[in-house]
Parts: sequence; structure tokens; C-alpha cells
Amino acid sequence: MTISLLFMGVIMGVVAWWLLKQTVDTSPWQADAPYAASEDFSGRSLPQPDAKLVLIIFLVVVTSLFALFISAYLMRMTMASDWRPLPDPDLLWLNTAVLILSSIALQWAHVAARREQLDSLRNGLFVGGFFAFVFIGGQLLAWQQLVDAGYYVHSNPANAFFYLITGLHALHLLGGVVAWGVTTIKLMGGTEVARLRLSVELCAIYWHFLLVVWLILFGLMLST
Amino acid sequence: MVFAVVLILLVIGSVLFHFLSPWYLTPLASNWSTIDDTLGLTLWITGILFVVINLFLAYCVIKFRYNKDKRAHYEPENKKLEIWLTVGTAIGVAAMLTPGLYVWADFVNPPKDADVFEIVGKQWSWKYRFPGDDGILGSVDTRHITSDNPFGMNSDDPNGQDDVLISSGEVHLPIDRPVKLLMRSDDVLHDFAVAEFRVKMDMVPGMVTQMWFTPTKLGEYDVLCEELCGVGHYNMRGLVVVDEENDFKTWLNTYPTYAQTLSGEGAAAATEGLSLVEQGRELSKLYACTACHSIDGSTGIGPTWQGLFGKTETLADGTTVVVDADYLKESILNPNAKMVEGYQPLMPPTVVTDEELDALIAYIKEGLVEKSE
Amino acid sequence: MSTIAHDADDFVAPAEIPEMELYHPKTWLGKYVFSQDAKVIAIQYAVTAMGIGFIALVMSMLMRLQLGFPDSFDFINPSVYIQLVTMHGMIMVIYLLTALFLGGFGNYLIPLMVGARDMVFPYLNMLSFWMYFLAVVVLVASFFVPGGPTGAGWTLYPPQAILQGTPGAEWGIVLMLVSLAIFIVGFTMGGLNYVVTVLQARTRGMTLMRMPLTVWGIFMATVLALLAFPALLVSAIMMLFDMLLGTSFFMPAIVSMGQPLDHTGGNPILFQHLFWFFGHPEVYIVALPAFGIVSDLLSVNARKNIFGYRMMVWAIIIIGALSFVVWAHHMYVSGMNPNFGFFFATTTLIIAVPTAIKVYNWVLTLWRGNIRLNVPMLFAIGFIFTFINGGLTGLFLGNVTIDLPLSDTMFVVAHFHMVMAVSPVLVVFGAIYHWYPKITGRMMDETLGRWHFWITFVGTYAIYYPMHYLGFLGVPRRYYSIEGTNFIPESAMSLNAGISIAAFIVGAAQLIFIYNLFISYSRGKEAGGNPWEATTLEWQTADTPPKHGNFGKSLPLVYRWAYDYSVPGAEKDFIPQNVPPSSVEKGTDETNQ
Repeated sequence: MTISLLFMGVIMGVVAWWLLKQTVDTSPWQADAPYAASEDFSGRSLPQPDAKLVLIIFLVVVTSLFALFISAYLMRMTMASDWRPLPDPDLLWLNTAVLILSSIALQWAHVAARREQLDSLRNGLFVGGFFAFVFIGGQLLAWQQLVDAGYYVHSNPANAFFYLITGLHALHLLGGVVAWGVTTIKLMGGTEVARLRLSVELCAIYWHFLLVVWLILFGLMLST
Repeated sequence: MVFAVVLILLVIGSVLFHFLSPWYLTPLASNWSTIDDTLGLTLWITGILFVVINLFLAYCVIKFRYNKDKRAHYEPENKKLEIWLTVGTAIGVAAMLTPGLYVWADFVNPPKDADVFEIVGKQWSWKYRFPGDDGILGSVDTRHITSDNPFGMNSDDPNGQDDVLISSGEVHLPIDRPVKLLMRSDDVLHDFAVAEFRVKMDMVPGMVTQMWFTPTKLGEYDVLCEELCGVGHYNMRGLVVVDEENDFKTWLNTYPTYAQTLSGEGAAAATEGLSLVEQGRELSKLYACTACHSIDGSTGIGPTWQGLFGKTETLADGTTVVVDADYLKESILNPNAKMVEGYQPLMPPTVVTDEELDALIAYIKEGLVEKSE
Repeated sequence: MSTIAHDADDFVAPAEIPEMELYHPKTWLGKYVFSQDAKVIAIQYAVTAMGIGFIALVMSMLMRLQLGFPDSFDFINPSVYIQLVTMHGMIMVIYLLTALFLGGFGNYLIPLMVGARDMVFPYLNMLSFWMYFLAVVVLVASFFVPGGPTGAGWTLYPPQAILQGTPGAEWGIVLMLVSLAIFIVGFTMGGLNYVVTVLQARTRGMTLMRMPLTVWGIFMATVLALLAFPALLVSAIMMLFDMLLGTSFFMPAIVSMGQPLDHTGGNPILFQHLFWFFGHPEVYIVALPAFGIVSDLLSVNARKNIFGYRMMVWAIIIIGALSFVVWAHHMYVSGMNPNFGFFFATTTLIIAVPTAIKVYNWVLTLWRGNIRLNVPMLFAIGFIFTFINGGLTGLFLGNVTIDLPLSDTMFVVAHFHMVMAVSPVLVVFGAIYHWYPKITGRMMDETLGRWHFWITFVGTYAIYYPMHYLGFLGVPRRYYSIEGTNFIPESAMSLNAGISIAAFIVGAAQLIFIYNLFISYSRGKEAGGNPWEATTLEWQTADTPPKHGNFGKSLPLVYRWAYDYSVPGAEKDFIPQNVPPSSVEKGTDETNQ
């Protein structure tokens, strides 16, 4: 559970630090007391748009989920001597490259949306989405290769974790694809770029997050 | 006012209940008086806090009850008071924790000279294994378990040949000798607990857990499973008998070693010289039949044996059957073939010899008649 | 349906939306069923939670029938008994208390107390409730599948949860895990909303340290739940894999009922670590909102500010953070590495310090107060008494050594019922009596309320206090029957019968409460906007009950913290949060001490 504990420690540390910054040395019963400089009385604690904030908090929750899987992975590995690492198909390297491209494309779309460049935005979105689909297809193909080679989900805990974690990651990406789809349909329907800027940015953040998660998971599976 | 009185009465009542009620820790029968001491210390500290805080609460409720001409005192906080209370609490907590940690250190480090024996839990009975003359338990593997080899003994291991195997709910231990219990489970989680010994530990399939104690009083003590292990959980009982050293050895010698069971002297050894019905009674304990089938007519996981023979039972498919020797025989060897209505298919097929079968059936047929009269 | 866009792009925070006709739903369906008004969602949550909770209450009565009068009721067989144990626990902890405190009170109180028109994402909020409802439906469905609901205990420990020998090992457990997964998804939707609403949608002047402790408690509990529920999800998914796909995450080599299984190498303790990594914070997910709410009830009715507000806020945060490093105190005798015992006993007892501070501060709030003993206050003080008792017995179980004789006995049952069943439920009742006038515009009947309180408070103490002593004796928990032992005296059986009778009386007394809820809705006294003379914003709304959008034409401005009671120099003994310093009526100062 070390990984999860570390993660919780960091999150709780951030929460406590931030609250401390807000409230240290305030005596709230004094109606006209001077407040910490960051407090502007507006009732908003953070400058981010609500949608962006909620995505960030959601990503923290998802991180908690993956941290727990990684904890379970590392614990199960050492708890019994039946762990047989499975060969990492070369295809996974290719998939990793595809996911990186997908992330770059969405970043491109995000920049384009900020500059209100409709064409670049459209291209970025399409390319990003396309590579996301390729990635998911590639992952399925990797599964197929492993199953054909006799690495079934139940034959070894390493296999089980591989299918479980990659599956869950792909599922999260699929969720992102839904958000991407809604944004793309709106763009095609002629919604102004300015009104889509935030959606595109959120997609890009989500993609980068899943890329980082993938790199960590892939690194974990390569090294064990 | 009424409220304050009730609060005070509850506090007084709680204290009186503690001192006057007949229910408290069962008399200790092991070396773990330190556990009782730690518990007693915590009880005193928490008890005093309980009384003091609640009486103060009651005082506040009386003294500061509503009066429309009065105003509450205005005091947002009192740093000094809060710091004192925090420090005081921390000291109290440390006073309770420290002895606890010392005793725990004792618990996790069994004495080097402790006798080792093994307990195996399975749904819903206990088995025991003593290391024999060499003092070493032979290696085992769950995958070796068959009805002929209920302990999963590794037949190649020389250390295991003299292990004494006890497939019975009753185990004897010598008095005043520290024992280290190695604990395994065949199927699900169990927990070996004897109230008088104070200590307990879960038994986890796939691993060996351990604990230790020194029995200090002669007597018989109930063993209960204290980790939920399925419908028969509440019936997973056993008995620990603490004997003088010699009685213990005599008892141990009535059980076969692994080598002996291999050569065919199995359960027969335990039932030698008894009548058929008595043999059946012993076998029913040996195979833990009575964990699920009561002999006094009470509800259990399986049908009660009292008055069973000759009774007409309705089966799950709606047909009826008269319980006779043939039906019993079939139900022991192939339990799920003809299920009685209202019961679940939980009974494992038991491999028994024909003689054992006859003894069991004789017991079910005749052994319980006298009891019910 | 409401016209509030829930999309990211053209979103305007509801707090900033001016009151206008467009904001309100037009259809009956949009107003009462698929409503996006947090207050309606709150009531939907509360009614669903209390409905399923009532079923779980009936289950506990059946369990007490068996324990008090063994062998008298044929329909309660060993299998049914552990199904009752399991479902009672699971429903009460997750589907009643978590859902009621966060989904119910959270939805109703957060926007009103922080001065927002609604939750920040109303549409997501609506989805959250319907996911919860679906989770309840799946849970209830498990009673009607072959084999019935799971009987694995609310902890759902493998291997027994998915093996023959445990009821519901085929269908019941799958539906249970699926229902939990749906619950978690639904909760996450709601939880994100609560957090962002507290952070971003407060009205002007509502600094964090001016928020009522109710909001603090619910906020921190939500943070814990968001981070902890994934652990339950992880363990549920992995167990489903073991069960349906034959993997061996938790399943070692096993011979079950004479049959060797295909699993190998898995570790049941891994599940326990994951489960309790969620399970312990879960205790505080239930406790922290109760802590917050009770602080406010005490302060209002003692006509005094909550003592040591800053300390109270920090205690909530510290307890929340520490709750992630104590989980293995549930596993002292599980067979995990026994050396962990030292660490977890220490962290567990450390958490007693901030908890004790909260108790002191509640009592000190009463000290030199001007205490109105109305029904909510009775429940609040009842809570302090019960919580002290339950908290102190926690020092037994948390101290690893003392846990050896007591774990898995009735002492544990008595402890956790005292601390996380009776205590929070007393707060729930107090809170309902307190806010019912705001929700319906009418007061609940005082006499019935007092009867309800006395029977519940004294009755539950009569149930659980003696139960600790059964635990001292060594009477195990989750036992269908304890007959046939040598060490449990006959008198313990009579004690069990007595406990059962007390339980039936308490159970029946809840009907008074339900009757009161209904009768007061039409016949209760008119409450007016602020019957308790409280300072917080929900009592300052233009309408009672508040309309969709909460506050009339404009949002309130906040000038002070939530606890300006009996301020020296002021005419009245309370100053609402939205009263500017210039309009405080000055009184004569002589009554002040």
C-alpha cells in the first residue's frame, strides 16, 4: 500500500497546505478582521473555471484508483512466488507512440482553439481522435496476440493484472472519446470556436493525463 | 432538569452494572495476564473519563438551562485551555498505548523453546497435527489434499512420517508448556479462539499464521471459530483439554502417525474396542458430521439426526423418501444426489470404509434414540 | 427540464445566475422526478435512504429475534441469519448513512449554507441520485435471485464470499458488487459537485473560515469518500475477476467442500488491505458530517458560539487525513505481518486526540451557555453521551494488545454500533427535527419528538452498553447460536433476551418518528422563516420552504461567521451572517457576563 499511502499523503498535504494558506491566523469571529491576502471575498477559492476544476479533482480520484491498482500489483507480486511476467508485445511500443501522437494532436487543437484558428482546431481534433481510436484498436490487437500465444487472463497473476489494468485504461480513454465526440459534433454543427475553447482544453488535459498514466503503467509492466 | 438526571442515572447505572453484573472476562487460563492488565488499565482510564465528562455535561445542562433574561457567555476560544486539554489527552493516550505495545512485542515473539503444533481449519471443523518424535512438522501442500490425505501431507518428506494426525475436534495440550500454534486453512478464513487463553488469530488459506500461549490451568476449554466462514460458522466448535504432561502423552499416543495411516491403520485406531453405536458416535465427531447435523433436534445446516431414521422426508424435487440404511448410505457417499427440501448442497462427499459406514448408520439409527427419551 | 446548460463551454455558475423565470422547470416530471434542484434531489436521496434503511432496521429486529430467543423462529435458519447480518450492515453503512449524510444533508444544506443558488453542476447532481437509485434497485434485486443476497458479512471477505458454503455465492455477491460499483460512480458525480460548490460557489463574503461546521464536516467527508471509494471499487473489480474469469488475485489454492479449485497463489489479506483502506475512512465519511451538524445544533441551542471553532475545523481536517493511515487496525488478528501492529496501534491512538478535542469543545460550548432543551438539542446532547461511550471503547480495540481478546466478539459489535450507528443516527434525527421547519415550513410535533428521543436514547444505551460485557465474556459476533459452550453462562442468554426486548422497543419507537414526519407535514405548527433564531444563511431565505434558486432576487452578502450568538453589545442574542455591522441593533449591555 506504500504507493497509495504516498499518494494520499501528497493529496492530504496539498489540501492541508492550501487550507492553511487560506485561513492561518484569521479570527473569524471578528466581523471586520483583515483576512489573508488571497481572500478576495468573492466566494470563489480558485481562479479556474468550475468545469476545469471539477476535471482536475476527478483526475485526482482516477489517480487514486490507478495508484491502488499499482499498490495491489506490487503487493500481489511479492506475496507469492507464482508471478511469471508475460512478454510485452512490441505492438505496445507502437501503441505508446500512437497515444503520444494523439496527445500532441489534442494539444495542437487546444492551442488552435485559443488562437481561434478553425482549421487547425478541426485538424487537431480529428487527428487526436483518430489516433485515440487507433490506440484502443491496437490495445485490442495486443490482447489478441497474447491470447493467441496462450497467455490467458487466469493462467497467471501477471497476465490478470495486464488485462485488468490495460482494460481499465482503455475504458477511461473511451470515456474521453465520448467527450471528444460531443465537442467534435458541436464543431461540425457550426458552434463558434470561442464557445468550444474550454471543452477542447479539457479534452487535452484528460488526454495528457491518460498518457502519463499509460507511461507509468507501461513502465511498471516493463520493469516487472 | 429531567435530562440531567437521566444522564447522571445512566452514568451511575453504567458504573453499577460494571461492578454488580456477573458478566466480565472469563477466568484466565493462560500466561496472558498482561493482556488483562492492559485491558484493566484502559478500563480505569476510560472509565474515569466517562464519568467525569458526562457528569460535567449533566452539570452544564442543569446550571446553564435556558432563561430568557440571561445571556450566554461570549468566548470564541480559549487557547490555553485547549492546549492543556490536548496535552492531557495525549498523555492519557500514551499511558494506555505504551504497555499495549510492550505486550504486543511479547506476543509477536514466541519463546524459542515453545512446542510447535499445527491447527488446520476447514469448513466447519478443526484438525490438528503434532510433529512427532523429531519435533519437526513435515511439509504439506493444499494440492495434495484428498479424502485419503486430509492434511495434504507430502509423502516424500521424511520429517512428516512421524507426524501425529488428529482429525478430531478435541485437542489436548500439556500444562505449563509454552506452545506455538502454526495455523492453516484448507478453504476459507477461520479464526482459532479460546476465550480463556485470550489470544486468537485468523487462519488464512495459502499461508501459515501463528500465535503462542502457555496453558496454566487444567481443564476443558471451548474453541470457537471467530472469523465468519459460511453458514456453519457458528457450529465450528472444538475443545482444548489441558492435561498433565503424562496424560497428554497417553492421549497423543492413541492417534496414528502419518506413516501408520499410510499403512492402513487409520481412524480404526481411535475406535477400537467400542460397540458399533459407540464407534459411530466417535466417527461422527471425527468427520465433524455434527457440525451441521444436530443430535438434539435443533435447527442446523443439515437435517437433524434426532428421529431421522425411519422418518419420511420430502426431497427438493417434491418426491418423498423414507430414511433407511440405503438412503443414509447414499447420502453419506454422494450427499447431493437426493437433497432434502429446504437445505443447500453444502456437504462434501466423505470417503469412509464400509465398516465405518455401518457404524455411522448404527449410531444414527440407534444411538440417538436413548438420548431423546 | 431546466435550461441550465451543463456543458463546459457556455457554463455560468448557478451562484451567479440571477433569479428569473427561465430557471425553473415547467413540467411536473422536471420538478419532482428528474429535478435538478439540489433541495428536491436531497429529499429524493433522503427518502430512498430512509426507505432502504427501514428495511435494514427490520432485518436487525429479525436478527435480535434469533439471538434473544434461539430456536423459536423456524424461518431464521443459519443461512438466512448471516444474510441478514450482511445486508443489515452493508445497507446501514453505505446505502443509508453515506447516502443520507452526503446525498441528503449535503445536497440540501451546502448550497443554502454557503449562499449558492444550487449545486454547480445540477444535471450531474440529478444523474448522481438516479445512479444511487439504480444501485439500490440492484441491491434489492439480490433478494429475489436464486440463493438470495450474499451472506459473506458486510466486509465481503474472499474466499468465502465467492465459495459454496456462503449463501448468495452465485448471484447475490455479483449483484452486491455491481450495486456497489454503481453506487460509487453515482457518488463520485455528487461528490465532485459538493466539493466544487463549496470551493467555488460561495456567496460574497463567505470565506472558508466563516462557513458553518456542517459544511466543513460534509466537505471533508466528501473529500475522503472521493479518495477512498476507489479502493472499494478496485477490490470489487478484482473479486469479480477472481469469480467470473478464474484469476487468482485473492484466491489461493483451496479445497472447498472436498473439491480442489483451480486458483493458486492469491492472497485473501490483499483484499482486506484494499477493503479497509476504504473501510476505515468510511467510518469518518459517516462521522464527520455528524460532527459538523451536531456542532451547529449545539451552538444554536446553547445560544453560544461553538467553542474553539478554528480547532474544530483543524480537528476535522486532521482526523480526515489520519483516517488513511489507520486501516489495518481492523486486521490485527488477520494474519498480516504482526509487526504492522505497532505502527497501526500508534496511529490509531493518535487519532483519539483530535477526536477528544472535538468532544471537549462540544461540552465547553454548553458550558456557560443558555441552553434550550428542544428536541434537536436533546438529540445533540444524547449524541455527545453516546459518542463519548463509543469513542472510549475504541481505545480498547485500537490498542493492538487489548484487541486480541476482544476482536470478533460482541464487544466490537457494541463499539461500532455505539460510535457509528447510534451516534450518527441521533444526529440524523436531531438534524431532521432541526431542518424540517425549513424543508416543509412546519414544525414537527414536540411531544412525539420527545417520546421518540427518550425511547431511542435510553433504549439504544440499554441495547449496547450490556453488549460490551458479552464481548468481555468472549461471546463471538456473527453467531447464529451460542448455545452449547461451557464458558458462556446461562445468564448471558437471558441478557441476550433482554437486549432483544430493548431492541424491539427502540425499533417500534421509530414508527413514532415516521408518523411524526407525516402528520407534521399537514398539521404541524407554522414555522416561520427562522424558528430557532439561527444565524446561518439557510434561515435567512426569502421564502420558507426556499424556492428553486434558494434566495430571492439577490444572493445574500455575508459579513460575519456562522456563530455570532450572544455577542456583547447586540440587542438580540443572535446576529445572522448576512447582517452588516452597521445594522446590528445595539442593546443594553448589562445582561452580559
